[in-house]
Amino acid sequence: MEGKESEVVLIGTWASAFCKRVELALKLKGIPYEFVEEDLENKSELLLRNNPVHRKVPVLLHKGKAIPESLVILEYIDEYWTKAPRLLPDDPYQRAKIRFWANYHDEKIAQAITPIIFSEGKEREKVIEDFQQLLKVFEEGIERDFQGKSPFLHGGNLGFLDLVVGTYACNYQAFHDSIAVVFETEKNPQFFSWLMALKDHPRIKETLPPSDKLATKYKELFLPPYSKRIATIRERYLQSPKA
Amino acid sequence: MAGECVQFLGFWASPSALRVVWALKLKGIDYEHIEEDLLNKSPLLLKYNPVHKKVPVLVHNGKPVAESLIIVEYIDEVWKQNPLLPQDPYERAKARFWVKFADEKVVPDMVSTFMKTGEEKEKAAKAARECLKTLESGLEEGKQFFGGEAIGFVDIAVGWIGIWARIVEKLKDVSLVDEETMPLLHAWLQNFLEVPIIKECIPPWDKLLQHNKGYLVKLTPDST
Repeated sequence: MEGKESEVVLIGTWASAFCKRVELALKLKGIPYEFVEEDLENKSELLLRNNPVHRKVPVLLHKGKAIPESLVILEYIDEYWTKAPRLLPDDPYQRAKIRFWANYHDEKIAQAITPIIFSEGKEREKVIEDFQQLLKVFEEGIERDFQGKSPFLHGGNLGFLDLVVGTYACNYQAFHDSIAVVFETEKNPQFFSWLMALKDHPRIKETLPPSDKLATKYKELFLPPYSKRIATIRERYLQSPKA
Repeated sequence: MAGECVQFLGFWASPSALRVVWALKLKGIDYEHIEEDLLNKSPLLLKYNPVHKKVPVLVHNGKPVAESLIIVEYIDEVWKQNPLLPQDPYERAKARFWVKFADEKVVPDMVSTFMKTGEEKEKAAKAARECLKTLESGLEEGKQFFGGEAIGFVDIAVGWIGIWARIVEKLKDVSLVDEETMPLLHAWLQNFLEVPIIKECIPPWDKLLQHNKGYLVKLTPDST
């Protein structure tokens, strides 16, 4: 298969961990691609045409076909380019466990950042505790489900979970530095140590943005005054039923 | 297959459990059905799904798999007969996309429609209809199912949403899968629910209506 750069296009933003995961997957597989930087405050026709349902990044364009949603894209990359390294193992049970924890990370842990951004005082303290509790469940779950064979940096290689969690390492760090202190190493020692090990892996390190650049970006985005896009997200969050 | 032990922990009225039952039946897999009482969860459920403590859970030779969509993909990967996901990577990506869309967008709007009243209910129903209309674009004209000529991953993932839409329509007097504005989706639902292997797994309608009515009673506040 020819690796013409224009055959694979990734529409994304530099600050999005979801986009970085896809970039990392393409790099690991040695797939040449063109990166199109999107301005989320002023979405391009290219994005709107290729992801009319969600209007979000990342979107992978391959031979003119559009694939949105980062986890869907990662599986597509692994299934289309079957050469090594494989992102998911061959065994269905291992795959199921990895998918479970990837979903848990995205649906629970990453989502728990939103309440922290938009709350303050006592409420913020509570949602930070909730976040730390989710990390604890993750730590215990990984330990139980993989029993001594950590799925992170397995044999020094990067796999599906490394991409899902590792690319968030910078975002968590930047968030912690700019918005709210969410990591207490005594509370979540294992998660913290995975994050730091992943952050230091050469392929991840060269792909992620500098965390101080991200921290500045977060201050711009998540401290008032909010952009129209963030104000809408905030409104939606404030109106949603709370647990 | 000799020596295979497949157990399924479910609840008769659980929509996501139904997805797994459909997958097991379509593949002709022998399994032991363990009915859970969700008000009194068994030690088995708590052992096999300690994170979410929810049904469905599939236990294959003692190994538990949780989350209905993950279970269905697992079933498809282990038992190769009657494939549920397409072979082509792009078609697989499309299937996964629609299934995610249904769960993340369609379902919450339907839940809102179910839980709200008056103007808020109408607003939620309108949002739900818009999502359902978008979902319809996953159907190819001329094909019977999301999976094409045969039932596939998206059909069994989304099928229960169709059942539940009918329940919400009846109990809340709203229109969701509207024949006029969503002819393809409406036709798909009619077709899908009549397929014998699908139909025989659906609990009796009156029992389902009664069960869901029970939630409405719980939701109604005592005071205005």
